[in-house]
Amino acid sequence: MKRINTIKTRDLSKSLGGEACC
Amino acid sequence: MHQYKLNGYNIVLDEYSGSIHSVDDLAYDIISLYKEKNENEIIELMLNKYKADETITKEEIKNCIEDIKELEKQNKLFSKDNYENYAFDFKNKHKEIKALCLHVAHTCNLNCEYCFASQGKYHGERALMNFEVGKQALDYLIANSGTRHNLEVDFFGGEPLMNFKVVKELVKYARKQEKKYNKNFRFTLTTNGLLINDEVIDFANREMSNVVLSLDGRKSVHDSLRKTITGEGSYDIIIPKFKKLVEARNGKNYYIRGTFTHNNTDFTKDILHMADLGFKELSMEPVVCSPNEPYALTEQDLPIIKKQYELLAKEMLKRNKEENGFTFYHFMLDLEHGPCVYKRITGCGSGTEYLAVTPWGDLYPCHQFVGDEKFKLGDVFKGINNTKVQDEFRKCNAYARNECKNCWAKLYCSGGCAANSYHATGDIKGVYKYGCELFKKRIECAIMMKVAQNHENME
Repeated sequence: MKRINTIKTRDLSKSLGGEACC
Repeated sequence: MHQYKLNGYNIVLDEYSGSIHSVDDLAYDIISLYKEKNENEIIELMLNKYKADETITKEEIKNCIEDIKELEKQNKLFSKDNYENYAFDFKNKHKEIKALCLHVAHTCNLNCEYCFASQGKYHGERALMNFEVGKQALDYLIANSGTRHNLEVDFFGGEPLMNFKVVKELVKYARKQEKKYNKNFRFTLTTNGLLINDEVIDFANREMSNVVLSLDGRKSVHDSLRKTITGEGSYDIIIPKFKKLVEARNGKNYYIRGTFTHNNTDFTKDILHMADLGFKELSMEPVVCSPNEPYALTEQDLPIIKKQYELLAKEMLKRNKEENGFTFYHFMLDLEHGPCVYKRITGCGSGTEYLAVTPWGDLYPCHQFVGDEKFKLGDVFKGINNTKVQDEFRKCNAYARNECKNCWAKLYCSGGCAANSYHATGDIKGVYKYGCELFKKRIECAIMMKVAQNHENME
């Protein structure tokens, strides 16, 4: 069994310059 | 880095990369020690802690440490914060406006006790926005939106449907401007529902990208605070209207939005009541008011509310499995297509890219500052002249508060709501700690739900 399961997420470091309560 | 256990899952969030890991007990413990102890110390501690577990050998622990090292190399664990400088640059570079909250009616046909807008009047006179003021507001938005294509306008109040004629005229005017200026207007409407009829439903479904419908949940809860002018409950009047409107929208692009108070800290029951009525897009907000009000949330309520969020998350997972699920606004996370760092840093844009317009055309940083004269920024005829206040809002971002420097949630809350901060501390850059606690719990629940769904998919 894998001890660490990484969920797929957007890499914020690559998201770098505007378009109720991407 | 943030580690927590919830609903049987061990969860690790790497704040600056956005990575989320679901780990077993051994990995959870090693990650928590990884920066404090050396490898030999970690091995010794783990062998001692898990001595009853034959599967956890020195080799296993070493392998786990290697996996963590690899994730660190990939920038998915212990990633660095390189964003602070972007925070102040972004708002100084971008001066465009892209959203307006149009207060088309400073009057209301309900008399809700907890209304932050003081029964829709915002501590001023009753007023309806006329077409000329609304038209000027739309022209002002277009003229100051730069190259922004998507523009947003929320019809708000008070009760905006008390000025329905002007709402229709303004939408018609805006649609004519879209092609001319290469803009796309996204209209929303926030209503208490009393005036919903077939004409409103037809119009809303044709022109409104989203409709926010106010309902607090169970009849007894709703009617205790959301009363008509004559003091009667409004639940029985609005429920059939909401059902008809939502059905006509094919069950999409709406929110049933409630407020919970000290009187219903068991608000999960209210959310489930909404779901059981057939509504699937739900939102429920903690009341924001003076601590002296009898319905104000108290410190004693805090652990109860946190438990309620956990209860809600578990119930939602259960109902999803039964294919009877619903959406809760604050548990919505798009892990793969969520907002970029700029958006996460700058937040809602109040006072800069998002402004509120009063019935007579005055500009305020957002609807929650309307009526407080010192926050008046200018008006739609002459533009913004109170640049001192606007500059204060320009400085509002996820890095504006020292207290938030080490908070794992700042790229989710963007530094929080300026209005909540102001009303709680007297400073828009203050920290509304109660709100922080609730926000963090909601994010923990939302991430846990994603982890649970991921596990389910793997099975």
